[in-house]
Amino acid sequence: MADISFVRHQMLDPQAPPTSQSGVVKWLRENLFSGPLNSVLTILALISIYSLIKGAMPWLLNGVWNANSLTECRQIIADSGAAEVGGACWAMVRVRWNQFIYGLYPVAEYWRPTTAFALMFVALAPVLYYGLQRANALMAGIVGVLLVLALWGLGTDGYHIALSAAVMAGLTALAWVAPKKLVWVTLAFPAVAYWLLWGGSVWGTVGAVAGFGLFALVWSLTQRHVGVVVAAAIGLIAAVLWWSLVQSHITGVLAQWFPIELRYVRSDDFGGFLLAFVIGITAISASLPIGILLALGRQSNMLLVKTLSVSFIEFFRGVPLITVLFSANFMLLYFLPPRTNFDLILRVIIVVIIFASAYIAEVVRGGLAALPRGQYEAADALGLDYWQAQRLIIMPQALKISIPGIVSSFIGLFKDTTLVALVGLMDPLQGVRKIVLSDTAWRGIYWEPFIFVGVIFFVVCFSMSRYSMYLERKLKTDHR
Amino acid sequence: MNKSVLLGTVAAATIVAGSAFAGTLDDVKARGELICGSNTGLTGFGAPDASGNWAGFDVDLCRAVAAAVLGDPTKVKFVPTTGETRFTALASGEVDVLVRNSTWTFSRDNDLKLDFVAVNYYDGQGFMVKKDLGVSSAKELDGATVCIQTGTTTELNLADFFKSNNISYTPVTVADDSEAQRQYEAGACDAFTTDASGLASTRAAMADPANHIILPEIISKEPLGPVVRHGDNNWGDIVRWSYFALLIAEEKGITKANIDDIVKAATDDASYDPEVKRLLGVGDNDTGKLMGVDAKWAYNAIKAGGNYGEIFEANIGSATPIGLARGLNALWTEGGLQYAPPLR
Repeated sequence: MADISFVRHQMLDPQAPPTSQSGVVKWLRENLFSGPLNSVLTILALISIYSLIKGAMPWLLNGVWNANSLTECRQIIADSGAAEVGGACWAMVRVRWNQFIYGLYPVAEYWRPTTAFALMFVALAPVLYYGLQRANALMAGIVGVLLVLALWGLGTDGYHIALSAAVMAGLTALAWVAPKKLVWVTLAFPAVAYWLLWGGSVWGTVGAVAGFGLFALVWSLTQRHVGVVVAAAIGLIAAVLWWSLVQSHITGVLAQWFPIELRYVRSDDFGGFLLAFVIGITAISASLPIGILLALGRQSNMLLVKTLSVSFIEFFRGVPLITVLFSANFMLLYFLPPRTNFDLILRVIIVVIIFASAYIAEVVRGGLAALPRGQYEAADALGLDYWQAQRLIIMPQALKISIPGIVSSFIGLFKDTTLVALVGLMDPLQGVRKIVLSDTAWRGIYWEPFIFVGVIFFVVCFSMSRYSMYLERKLKTDHR
Repeated sequence: MNKSVLLGTVAAATIVAGSAFAGTLDDVKARGELICGSNTGLTGFGAPDASGNWAGFDVDLCRAVAAAVLGDPTKVKFVPTTGETRFTALASGEVDVLVRNSTWTFSRDNDLKLDFVAVNYYDGQGFMVKKDLGVSSAKELDGATVCIQTGTTTELNLADFFKSNNISYTPVTVADDSEAQRQYEAGACDAFTTDASGLASTRAAMADPANHIILPEIISKEPLGPVVRHGDNNWGDIVRWSYFALLIAEEKGITKANIDDIVKAATDDASYDPEVKRLLGVGDNDTGKLMGVDAKWAYNAIKAGGNYGEIFEANIGSATPIGLARGLNALWTEGGLQYAPPLR
């Protein structure tokens, strides 16, 4: 019987998939036109996007950058034959951008907030990318180069540019050689930034920092003997005694011998994004630890601690931020002794910290609640005391779970800084806009300041959001 | 017990606070700086300029007071206050004087315990409409939509005006001048109402000012002036007379430019106008002693920014883009309401 079976000797070449099942067409079919309803929605969306762009693009593209007043802008637009569609008057941004960024901060001192801003990134680097040599050095290096360019653009004198460049180069080197040591920069940053922003004698700031140093010293010496909480109390008393009784004598003498000082700038001159960042960054960095303590307090078994934490959290979550701001503005002054001129920005920062802490506390409590009971029991079984258990077992896990909530609280907080305009501070959105628009040259402008400020807010908030996603990916340990 | 402690603290704080406000002059001198409550930014009246220096009609009055008290018009700190925070800032002692285009009303004078010491600008509420609306009087605005800022006295005035003329309107509420202008230009309302000075500067900022008219009716009295705390009469007198000095200077033709020549002429000439001599502290005239300020107080105040007329013209007058006419704010000798009592 002849063998009629046939076995193919070689494989057929693979054929290209049908056009409807590959590439752009497939993507369109699957994502935009998968059914009648979706097709209609897609077309409607396309129409509305098109009409938006058609309406806004000519206005944006006709924008005028070189003019000295709105009238000039209008003239230039009319001369170009686009009077019908109109055009944006970006010249306002070009002429007054510095007030949107720095408020009324003295122009000659712009290098100070700019340097503080750059140092902030170096100080953030070890927090954001702890121990990562490349990331830290890269961040410090890039920020350093940008800082020098920015200072040069601001017309800073050569001495301060060279000084800033040297400091940034040193920090980059430090980040490369010993990335973990950069944490000390982070710890020193608040004091350095305060001195750079407000100025005055360096010894006042050093004295204030020394108080914290004293606190840490006393705490570490006594905590083994009397426990964490009592040690903290003793340290606090020591620090307060130093600040109130000793400090001014010593720093006064030092200031006479080594007069290192920057021109003092008053809080009243702070405005624009400088103000938003000062309030936002301070509140963000202070509210996280306070919020964690409050969350722990709320879970505590001690009745007093628990009651205080709960009432604090519930009270400040229950009242609107505007109410708290108004009471910071009005009430505090009535209750403080007269002639204590308690800085308005400081008052606002304090209430924003209090307000944000209450929210962070609840977010962290969510993280704590999500931890399985077994984790607490495991910590107990290992013989860890309360603070050790919190630090080593509970908090790392609870905070990881809370990252999205914490970051969205921070984003909300940063945007809420614009509310300070209601108590007469110069935030970028209301305060500075009003100042710029009250100039007869720019009166009548409407959209441009909103767009300018909005874009900057978007960049900042979007970066925070992207970073939180990076952090979530980095800390992901499960295999979901 | 707790309650009584709290009440006691509040009472003590109130007493201390009350007594502290007696000597604003001493406070200002000790501080070496006048704290002046100003606007958060109002065209022509008070706002920081491109280089961050405060300028404006109200600002110049602050500088004149600072010059009268401290001899230096630059020794003044401006605290921006909003419509909501202004009177509290003054009452709580955060500012020494409030010069922030605030209307003098009965309730503010009596209920808020404030003293309006002078009127540096007589304003009134008016209407602006598009020319092609074909309206020539506010009484023809029956059924119109009107853009109006919320929470101001203008809102109440508007309601009163339409009610008393038995005509109707639809309010379109806006938050500030810039939004009002936007809405009005976009056609969301037929008429825009606010203080006449504000209407003038809004109109001047438009792309087509010729197509808009300000109606002749002024429907309210808005006397705007500097405010001090109730109970410190000496300080109130100083602010009041610093302002009057500027008025008298205009009346007597004393300007920033010629003041030194006039002092020289008055010193040399025994028969020179005695009121000018008293005003400028020429010879052994010392009017400042009675108020507790320097003999040259008025000289310093006038030297700071010029007389009332000069300040008006420099900030809001017809040569500026705002282009306000003197109108009610002309001197009494020229048919206006600005009238200073005799300095003797």
